Amino acid sequence: MKLGTSLIIGGALFALAIFVGLFAPWLAHTDPVMDANLLNAEEPPSWIWWFGTDAQGRDIYSRVVHGARISLTVGIVSQLVNSVIGVTLGLTAGYWGGWWDDFVNGLTNLMLAIPSLIFALAIMAVLGPGLTSLLIALGLTNWSFTCRIARASTLSLKSQGYVQAARVLGYGDLRIMITQLLPNMLGPIIVIGTLGMGSAVLAEAALSFLGLGIRPPYPSWGSMLSEARDQITTAPWLSIFPGLAIFLTVLGLNLLGDGLRDVLDPQSRSRST
Amino acid sequence: MLAFLIRRILQTVPTVLAVVLLIFVLFSVVPGSILSSMSDDGRGPTDPQVVERMKKQLGLDDPVYIRFGSYIARLTTGDFGTSFRTREPVTTMIAKRMWPTLQLIFAAMTFATAIGVPLGFIAALRPGGIVDTVSMVVAVSGLSMAKFWLGLLLMYLFALTLGWLPSFGYGDGGLKYLILPAVTLGVSPMALLARTTRAAVLEIMTADFVRTARSKGMSETRVVKWHVMRNALVLILTTIGLQFGALMGQAVVVEKLFSWPGIGSLLVDSVLQRDIPAVQGSILVVVLFFLAINTLIDVLYAVIDPRIRYA
Repeated sequence: MKLGTSLIIGGALFALAIFVGLFAPWLAHTDPVMDANLLNAEEPPSWIWWFGTDAQGRDIYSRVVHGARISLTVGIVSQLVNSVIGVTLGLTAGYWGGWWDDFVNGLTNLMLAIPSLIFALAIMAVLGPGLTSLLIALGLTNWSFTCRIARASTLSLKSQGYVQAARVLGYGDLRIMITQLLPNMLGPIIVIGTLGMGSAVLAEAALSFLGLGIRPPYPSWGSMLSEARDQITTAPWLSIFPGLAIFLTVLGLNLLGDGLRDVLDPQSRSRST
Repeated sequence: MLAFLIRRILQTVPTVLAVVLLIFVLFSVVPGSILSSMSDDGRGPTDPQVVERMKKQLGLDDPVYIRFGSYIARLTTGDFGTSFRTREPVTTMIAKRMWPTLQLIFAAMTFATAIGVPLGFIAALRPGGIVDTVSMVVAVSGLSMAKFWLGLLLMYLFALTLGWLPSFGYGDGGLKYLILPAVTLGVSPMALLARTTRAAVLEIMTADFVRTARSKGMSETRVVKWHVMRNALVLILTTIGLQFGALMGQAVVVEKLFSWPGIGSLLVDSVLQRDIPAVQGSILVVVLFFLAINTLIDVLYAVIDPRIRYA
């Protein structure tokens, strides 16, 4: 794929998802939870019901549109939490070194030793299902790569002339970290953050599918697929559209991440897979 | 070699201890988690006297360090506790579920390697060509798809519409029951392996030793076979190793979708029913498996590339 193509396609898909999420109440035809009508149950896709209806007669199109809000909220918020934790730990560990660096390294290795979905499941087991638990579980389990990158960048940047100059000028540690080091490592952090958002959308869908995330009747793409499983023989459209929405959103984020890497972090292009 | 092996195994001990501590803290020190798990669903004790007795029985009034010590002591004897739900020893429950999970993971990885590595290789030999473009589109799509969605679509097509394969269940554990879950689980490692192999081969193709081999007049087949493939193998093996561990986590969703009786579905059922000993035991086994595979891969590197031993 040509340089820039993935950036454009990925950016467009992500922008579309954001647009749908923001304007869901205006784009939806009916209320995604309340407008159930058994007379319309399991209608296949048509001009009236674009994506068909479910067993309760609810409009799948409206539910998919509203589902974008939950998936994107979880994806963006949990990744922001991960990025803040990863950057804070990585930056301070690389800058201060010593016992703090050893501690952060140990913690990162520990996080890498536990598959993130399993760790998220463990947290959900303690906190119980729901949006807040989901945000906490996904926000605490995927920061190790960001931390590693932030630490490595800090180690290479802190010996640069402009950081030494800032120190000579009497800047405090915190000021050096925020004004001198952080802006110079943002490229790779943004790339990892974008790819991480895609993983978070998939993880939210997986946890909701397992019955641990957003619970019915509220529409989340994962919980819609969980409900659709039992009706796959009679109403296959119930599975197709929420899954397609997840696929296009995550594809958009993955392509955007790849495209941003080419622009913001060109050195990694050769080592990227 | 033996010294390397011992050193590598010893390096995992602190990580294992830290994981055990983390799991213990998560479920035992977080206020009330064990007792609430026994009473929230209405099946556990709600009577204060019974709660008090349960606390004594489980040693919940003891100081944290004593509880951690006895937890470690029990683990070293292979005792993961007793399930709140079935009253069965967790070790027995896990032992019954281990084989189906291993079967699923090995089948998924075999599928991923058999398709992903040749695909990445062919793509790299003609970068920018039609095979390259198609395979990379397939790879990006494979990484962006929710596994359970792909599984549902495969189930609809091959089991419910064409009737070629059973839609779910373990049956007699035969191949026909294994195909759909293994392909579902294997798609994302396949995509990742295709991308990794392509990137590795492209990088090695421009290395000095490849240019030297070509300038010596070596045929392209020999260059690829003797220089490119061997050197790409370390990176491919790393990806396979990491994916093996990751699959243990991802198998949770696939096992649940296909009603596959493995550790993943045990973990999900235990989480849903707040069966804390079974959750703790399953997570610990998954993490130990993940660490064991990573150690094994490190040892394999040393066999493939002797330089690593002295690093």
